[in-house]
Amino acid sequence: MLMIEITPNKCDYCGTCVSICPEDAIELKEADITISEELCTNCSKCVWSCPIEVLKFNKEGVK
Amino acid sequence: MKNNYDIIVVGGGPAGSVAARYAAEKGVSVLILEKDREIGTPVRCAEGTSHEGIKDFIDIDPSFIDATINKFCLVSPEGERIEISLDQVGYILNRKVFDFKLAQMAANAGCEIYTKAYVNGLLFDNDKVAGIKVDYMGIQKEIKAKVVIAADGVESRVGRWAGIKTYIDFRDIDSCVQYTASNVNDINEDTLYFHFGQSYAPGGYLWIFPKGGNNANIGLGVSGAAGKKKSALSYLNDFMNKKYPDTAILTTVAGGVPCVPTLEKIAAPGIILVGDAARQTNPLTGGGIASGMIGGSIGGKIAAESILNNKPDFLLSYEKAWDDRLGKRHVIFNNLKEGIYNFSDKDFIKLSKAMSKIPYEKRSIGGLFQKALMNNPKLLIDVAKLYFTK
Ligand SMILES: Cc1cc2nc3c(=O)[nH]c(=O)nc-3n(C[C@H](O)[C@H](O)[C@H](O)COP(=O)(O)OP(=O)(O)OC[C@H]3O[C@@H](n4cnc5c(N)ncnc54)[C@H](O)[C@@H]3O)c2cc1C
Ligand code: SF4
Ligand code: SF4
Repeated sequence: MLMIEITPNKCDYCGTCVSICPEDAIELKEADITISEELCTNCSKCVWSCPIEVLKFNKEGVK
Repeated sequence: MKNNYDIIVVGGGPAGSVAARYAAEKGVSVLILEKDREIGTPVRCAEGTSHEGIKDFIDIDPSFIDATINKFCLVSPEGERIEISLDQVGYILNRKVFDFKLAQMAANAGCEIYTKAYVNGLLFDNDKVAGIKVDYMGIQKEIKAKVVIAADGVESRVGRWAGIKTYIDFRDIDSCVQYTASNVNDINEDTLYFHFGQSYAPGGYLWIFPKGGNNANIGLGVSGAAGKKKSALSYLNDFMNKKYPDTAILTTVAGGVPCVPTLEKIAAPGIILVGDAARQTNPLTGGGIASGMIGGSIGGKIAAESILNNKPDFLLSYEKAWDDRLGKRHVIFNNLKEGIYNFSDKDFIKLSKAMSKIPYEKRSIGGLFQKALMNNPKLLIDVAKLYFTK
């Protein structure tokens, strides 16, 4: 189950999270970001690396 | 858009445009695909570079120079300012115009370019990369190529699809945010300002780069590890509230800078990586405009030659060519970064006190590192290699 949540309307599509995701689970188009539930292991590295706090743990993933 | 090219370049940043141009000038067919709607925007960059770094790739033109730089100013955690004159001319670019011009130069050399073209997969011929899959304005297409040049920036997914490990440890990414602000009235137009210290930007630094008039790029990068406790955005807002509460923010961008030596593998059958995608940024400064163009120029040329001479294996010589040109130096820059990575505020204050005793005419960047790494003889040799042998 995906434990990472994307805050709506906040992402700047900068790619920082993509560059550190070990699973290639993040898809980033010009103005669209999605995390693949299938690939994500909830390692939380993207949460820590996002410069502007877009990514958060959801209810399942409080760490 | 045809179904077949000699070379497809993914990404229309400086590294991609230069790679494409250098290849096209040799006489091969080149296609550049860029996912954003416009080349050059958004600008995720503080736009600082040097005359030396860019002069081989473009004629210097006032249309893309926002400021000419002669000095550094280091600001210690206590606010002490140490000015150091640069031994070469620096620029703050207008990257919107700069990137656009580089793409135009590629077009003039014969490259085709499309924007809003999102590359989402690779084609293979046995184990060799043989082209790309692209979503072009909602239409999925497959295009063949003899060589794919991955110039897709920090994300660097294209290389991954070819089986190259491009992702980096989250500690090694500088997580950045920047405002382009107006009403910044306390800076000189010829000086770059750097603030150091745990309270400003742990594991990184805060920069103020003049953009002409009273405008400036004000931003910072913190290591991913520091970002675990507090985000780059909170650090920057703390600084802005304290230092420039009445400013006007004209642009806000986030971004990531890989602060590592170049990837071990940047070439494989049918594909090479250039620029940020290859992690060709200088790991100490985070500067990647000039080094990305250097990587692009080497890669573009070698890719074209491997096609024209029908020697696919020659493509792999790109790795050594890059290593000899800058790769080895970046390893040394990375050592210096590691040497100062854990500096406490006290260390920075001590350093700034030591520097302030040196007369302005005698200060240099090399001297600064000598002082900073005085207790680390091994790194002093690296400092000497970088700054005292030319
Ligand atoms: C906040 C910040 C400040 C910086 N300050 C400086 C500085 O002062 N000086 C300096 O020298 N460097 C600086 N850098 C680094 C510099 O911006 C980069 O090194 C430089 O832009 C790298 O060029 P590039 O061509 O490799 O990648 P980019 O310029 O990032 O270009 C990559 C392009 O590929 C496109 N792309 C990505 N994926 C796909 C896909 N799947 N399909 C199609 N297109 C794709 C992207 O949209 C992008 O346009 C800074 C970086 C940041 C984040
Ligand atoms: S939690 Fe880990 S695996 Fe999942 S998207 Fe983030 S970085 Fe990738
Ligand atoms: S790091 Fe943050 S702002 Fe950048 S693309 Fe990822 S979620 Fe968006």
